[in-house]
Amino acid sequence: MRLFLILAGSVLIAGCGEIWNDPYPVAEQGKNILYSVFSERPKHLDPAQSYASDEATFTRQVYEPPLQYHYLKRPYQLIPLTAAEIPQPRFVEKGGATYSVYDVRIRPGTRYQPHPGFVEANLKLDRDTVAKLKNPYELPLGARELKADDYIYQIKRLAHPHLHSPIFGLMAEYIVGLKEYAETLKKAAKPGEWLDLRKHDLEGVQRVDDYTYRVTLKGRYPQFVYWLAMPFFASMPWEADRFFAQPGMTEKNFTLDWWPVGTGPFMLSENDPNARMVLSRNPNFRGEAYPSEGAPGDAERGLLADAGKTMPFLDKAVYTREKEAIPLWNKFLQGYYDVGGIVSDSFDQAIRFSADGEPGLTPEMQARGIQLDTSIGPTIFYVGANMLDPVIGHAGGERARKLRQALSIAIDWEEFLSVFRNGRGVAAYGPVPPGIFGFREDKDAINPVTHEWKGAKAQRRSIETARKLLAEAGYPEGRDAKTGQPLVLYLDTTQRGPEDKSMMDWWRKQFAKLSVQFEPRQTDWNRFQEKLRKGSAQLFIVGWSADYPDPENFMFLLYGPQGRAKTQGENAANYTSPEFDALFEKMRVMQNSPERQALIDRLTEIYRRDAPWLGGFHPKNFALFHSWLGNAKANEMSDNKLKYLKVDPVKREALRREWNRPVVWPVVLILVLIALSIVPAYRNFRRRERMPARAAA
Amino acid sequence: MSAYIVRRLLYALPILVGVNLITFALFFFVNSPDDMARMQLGAKRVTPEAIEKWKAERGYDLPLLWNDAASGVRKFTQTIFVQKSLRMFVFDFGYSEDKRNIAVEIRERMGPSLALQVPVFIVGLAVCITFALLLAFFRATYFDFWGVVLCVVMMSISMLFYIIGGQYVVSKVWHLVPISGFQGGLDAARFLVLPIVIGVVAGIGVSSRLYRTVFLEEIGKEYVRTARAKGLSEGLVLFRHVLRNALIPILTGVVAAIPFLFLGSLLSESFFGIPGLGSFTIEAIQSQDFAVVRSMVFIGAVLYIVALIATDISYTIADPRVRLQ
Repeated sequence: MRLFLILAGSVLIAGCGEIWNDPYPVAEQGKNILYSVFSERPKHLDPAQSYASDEATFTRQVYEPPLQYHYLKRPYQLIPLTAAEIPQPRFVEKGGATYSVYDVRIRPGTRYQPHPGFVEANLKLDRDTVAKLKNPYELPLGARELKADDYIYQIKRLAHPHLHSPIFGLMAEYIVGLKEYAETLKKAAKPGEWLDLRKHDLEGVQRVDDYTYRVTLKGRYPQFVYWLAMPFFASMPWEADRFFAQPGMTEKNFTLDWWPVGTGPFMLSENDPNARMVLSRNPNFRGEAYPSEGAPGDAERGLLADAGKTMPFLDKAVYTREKEAIPLWNKFLQGYYDVGGIVSDSFDQAIRFSADGEPGLTPEMQARGIQLDTSIGPTIFYVGANMLDPVIGHAGGERARKLRQALSIAIDWEEFLSVFRNGRGVAAYGPVPPGIFGFREDKDAINPVTHEWKGAKAQRRSIETARKLLAEAGYPEGRDAKTGQPLVLYLDTTQRGPEDKSMMDWWRKQFAKLSVQFEPRQTDWNRFQEKLRKGSAQLFIVGWSADYPDPENFMFLLYGPQGRAKTQGENAANYTSPEFDALFEKMRVMQNSPERQALIDRLTEIYRRDAPWLGGFHPKNFALFHSWLGNAKANEMSDNKLKYLKVDPVKREALRREWNRPVVWPVVLILVLIALSIVPAYRNFRRRERMPARAAA
Repeated sequence: MSAYIVRRLLYALPILVGVNLITFALFFFVNSPDDMARMQLGAKRVTPEAIEKWKAERGYDLPLLWNDAASGVRKFTQTIFVQKSLRMFVFDFGYSEDKRNIAVEIRERMGPSLALQVPVFIVGLAVCITFALLLAFFRATYFDFWGVVLCVVMMSISMLFYIIGGQYVVSKVWHLVPISGFQGGLDAARFLVLPIVIGVVAGIGVSSRLYRTVFLEEIGKEYVRTARAKGLSEGLVLFRHVLRNALIPILTGVVAAIPFLFLGSLLSESFFGIPGLGSFTIEAIQSQDFAVVRSMVFIGAVLYIVALIATDISYTIADPRVRLQ
């Protein structure tokens, strides 16, 4: 027993170093490593399939598409990544149709990370050899230069019969021959055999030379360049595909969906999605210069101090899975995570609003040197009105339009944000969020139907205005003027837990302002989606996060042919307006210009007049950084930000030691108390043992 | 006894089929194959073609239980139920809906779950039995009274409170162990010490009270008086005689708890960041991953059947009068 205690004690002390609660190995202390978290286990790390933002945390550091977003400049701006320049389309007329031709030229000299797929012998492994592997990187590693063929291979993979690329449907509409290519591959695929895509040509994607490939699109699609900044269009070496297609690989979970292979600054060196993921510096990375220009104020914040220096700055990034918010927050405060988000539970501890409503850090956070950065995401959450509904939709005509306008005024989104999101968001005046081309600032931004400009700020119109509109709609005091029946409106929602009661009460209060009866129809996610697909919901709350920073990516949510009930598109409100659709079709193929802005203004005006959404909000993200983290700036469009970040490990180590000194005396006290309580108990025990037998009563 | 075990194992087959059928019915009562496809493919830009492709690739394009389009026995076999269930009886769990090998996942996650649960189980059992025997020894004294009060208080507190409170005091205020996380090898001890202590402390209230009642019932029996009359010390009486004879009701509860050692603890693993099996099933239900749900329910059912047979066998060891026929 004594030996066990000594051994256990030694293990604990040896494992702890001077700080006992350090969750990382002692060997990592003082190293140039960034520590962060992930909460959801990623589903896909294959760039053809991955679409979720939590997956992008890993894929975007490994895979490199031809383009990227400027890290510092706002509004978001595309710049080359592996490409030599931003490809400009040539328009070709052929057979009465217009085609856009993009020649993407990549810079020579880019090399892949070390990978077993680049060693020829590793492409002929037998099942037994694979079965013995614990990690594919145990095999000899090789590398090679990036070629245009690798980008072509990846575009072909979007149509692979065994992959489910979320953008295949969209790209098949544009990339010449992609739809037919999927059929070709379907016929060519044989069960259990690797499908070599190099043997099958894709008409719309052709190799020009070693470093150039050509993509031909049907029609004009200026947004295509934004897709070239997403991992769907990253390079994929055929060798990696071949390597993971060998027998026995899938059984070991060695798949391309799990082990990314790229040219980026980092490579996934440890892959345990249940506990931790580690990105290590790619030794073959070509190096990239830190930006030397930024947005106004960036230089003052020290964000240009590393201008021109070679990235990446970190050797490693360790992501630990934290499912619960409380341990995550506490570990951030202890200095064990360099970056932290804010959840509602810890909001008051971290953030304090000034008199003019500006968020700032509490003195406790300031004392720790923590920095705050906020940004409005290219996202919108809105209450949609189903335009197929007879009461509130198109069939209701002018009456329904006024009803929707009245409700848009009554639903106080500013109050919603204050009550339920600690002010983390801004009310939406139109579909386009701030920071995206087409968004108007200040007075021009407001929705005149719901707001007015008073005292240099937007103010929601009075409830009397809403009541007046409601009366004009034929529902004075919330009752149908003809039948006298109360107006009942139904909100479909997936919020049905006890914790959502307060939110439902708030919704009821909004409708009660107009004396309209409110009925929440709380349902599960599947049924909710089914109602949207069938167009049987009346009011509903949904959200949209942009794929790229272009107004088209928001306005298309109101485009008639995208109607959810008819075409399973993204227009969940099933809104149709010939005028809107015609203007949208014009706007979407234009480059940003005053003419395009004028069209967006008009589209916004139509949206505000018709009110197919009863308002909504754009979430504001609050990010916290420790003082030892450098070059941190919120960037909602690009997830490849790891290469820009740097840490000061010496400062981090010193502060961790200061903040985490072990407090041993309470444990000693508890042990002493236990020992003291054992003594009388033992004495009592002994006394009773020695007690002579007592006579029976 | 061998015949008994074989018979019980044969009984297990219809039980497993039944469990499988109920899991299947419950799952598909809430989710359709279309819903599953949508959940796996994500919320954005999902086309009806993509859904059909996903279903066809995984065999979810078949009817659930009866295939009118097929002929003969294929009407029954060419269904989702049969196609997805049969392989599990040879412990081939296949792949999750996002194409991960479920057996590999279970193997990887079972280790951390066992590393947490086995010490909680063993230490907890030892502590609770010792504490209950002490309460029985000091019966009708202040020690017994306050001990029972303490048990009632401890069993009234939620596990969540123990975890959050423990993390706050031990890790955040005293900085003695990491708040959460996990590492393999000997280093795991640093991460496991707090959840183990919390797991043991949280279980003392319920178990000690139960065991105390069992011991008090035994302590009044005649063989105990005989043992004392022989001059045995009270310690020997309690630990050698009372404990052995009180084992049957204790074993009933204890052995049946063994499946939890493998299946893990949802709360502890989530809060302490232990990558075990505790949340595997819940996450699968949330992501509508039928492959994982059916595999975990199947494994749970098998473990329970094995644990119940082990309970019966343990009766024969604890009490030689018990015969399995």
